Amino acid sequence: MSTITFENVGRKFDSVVALEKVNLHVRDKEFVAIVGPSGCGKTTCLRMAAGLDFPSSGTVRVGTREVVAPGPDRAVVFQQFALFPWKSVYDNIDFGLRNKGVPSAERAHRIAAVLKVMNLEGYERSFPHQLSGGMQQRVAIARAYVLDPVVLLMDEPFGALDAQTRVLMQEELVRLARVNPRTVLFITHGVEEAVYLADRVAIMTRRPGCIKEIIDVKSLREAEHWNSLPRIEDVMDLESFVHLRTMIWKSLREEKVEERN
Amino acid sequence: MSARSSRRPSNLEIWALGIGGLIVFFGLWAGLSGFGLVPPRFLPSPAAVAERMFFLIDHPFAGATLPQHVLSSLGRYGLGFLLAAAIGVPLGLFMGWYGLLDDIVSPVFNALRFIAPIAWVPFAALWFGTGVGGPIMVIFAGAFPPCLINAYRGAKFVEPKFLEAAHTLGAGNLRIIVEVLLPASIPSIVSGLRVGAGLGWQSLVGAELIVASSGVGYMMVQGQSAVSTPTVLSGMIAIGIVGYCVDLGLREMEAFTRRRRGLV
Repeated sequence: MSTITFENVGRKFDSVVALEKVNLHVRDKEFVAIVGPSGCGKTTCLRMAAGLDFPSSGTVRVGTREVVAPGPDRAVVFQQFALFPWKSVYDNIDFGLRNKGVPSAERAHRIAAVLKVMNLEGYERSFPHQLSGGMQQRVAIARAYVLDPVVLLMDEPFGALDAQTRVLMQEELVRLARVNPRTVLFITHGVEEAVYLADRVAIMTRRPGCIKEIIDVKSLREAEHWNSLPRIEDVMDLESFVHLRTMIWKSLREEKVEERN
Repeated sequence: MSARSSRRPSNLEIWALGIGGLIVFFGLWAGLSGFGLVPPRFLPSPAAVAERMFFLIDHPFAGATLPQHVLSSLGRYGLGFLLAAAIGVPLGLFMGWYGLLDDIVSPVFNALRFIAPIAWVPFAALWFGTGVGGPIMVIFAGAFPPCLINAYRGAKFVEPKFLEAAHTLGAGNLRIIVEVLLPASIPSIVSGLRVGAGLGWQSLVGAELIVASSGVGYMMVQGQSAVSTPTVLSGMIAIGIVGYCVDLGLREMEAFTRRRRGLV
């Protein structure tokens, strides 16, 4: 069972309260997106699940175990990709497998498979700076996926991409999630992206951040057969999609307005 | 051609400017000595020095020809510099990663590095003799601090995102040092090697002035005893040319690492 549980999580940076009583449970093989105003602490939530940051109060668990350190069971895809510029595409993807002590024949096999899934065949020997932003992010996702992680943590993974590339990557991620479902925690400030990708969307309040409400997308998606539409723009035209998007948009807007007052 | 307002000079122009600078330098020198402004015993003319240099290329002075002296210096220099890099770079990386080691080594190191390499000459001679050992220790004293400091700074200021990525990918300490800190610090390390190479070369010649039985520095001291100022200047020119070539090589290496990384 691979779940992510935030239980009354609080986080203070010196005297600033960044997070307060965050409660969220991501179920096994569920895709949950967190949206919220900038600076609300959504990235901090992800970092705590990754073991790169720790709560000041409350607990963060992956499965039944409390998170105490980073590890390859919880793969992270960073907004800035964080590919090693001195390693080839192949060696970047290989890095985590070597750390896990996977035998070399199996590594080659798994890397070949993930390169194929991510449409990166033929780029094994390229270096990150020789690739476009979209391809770099595909390598970063491949580097995470190849480890067969219990959970996948994605921190605004498409935030640094141009609009067209982002759409393609979103479609690809949906395809990937269908072929190979994972427990995913996905941080974004893009409402449409959240509704398109996630099973549930958690809306955070402005600082001190906590989960304001959780919107179920999955039941609507299945009822309205979003998955039968291959293109993101077709889904985005659906009345059901527009309705959900507007609802979340309004909820976020309240946070913005209060911030200003 | 870029659209910037100030145009960058072409390679040809850069060469022309550099050669122009050399002509002005040697012109002033020739003028000072040629018009008798400075007596030749204080400053020999460029022609006299050139003649002496060509003579020294195939006639031994102080036991060896000029190329032999240069090679002897380069041999010591290579050993001392390699030793400094081989110890300085790993130690710097480890200090950048393990705070405890940093706390232990830094105070000692930061005091020692202010002692001029030449100040070690008496002990270098006492401990390692005047053959190869003593001069090597002096070069080491010159080249080691920049090698260590730059590796240390490189490791200390690696972008956190790379370390976080390495951690989330399950890397252990040694693997992080070898496969993340080291390559991430290469640009800084190579700059350190360049500075260290320069300081090492300077220190070596200083050391040879005092402790050695061959080498360019030794040749210069012998030239001084023989009141042959052209010999001393020949040594100085050889030092300058060799140092320039070494730096040119390392600069090329620096540019190569940057190109490979896609930074240029």
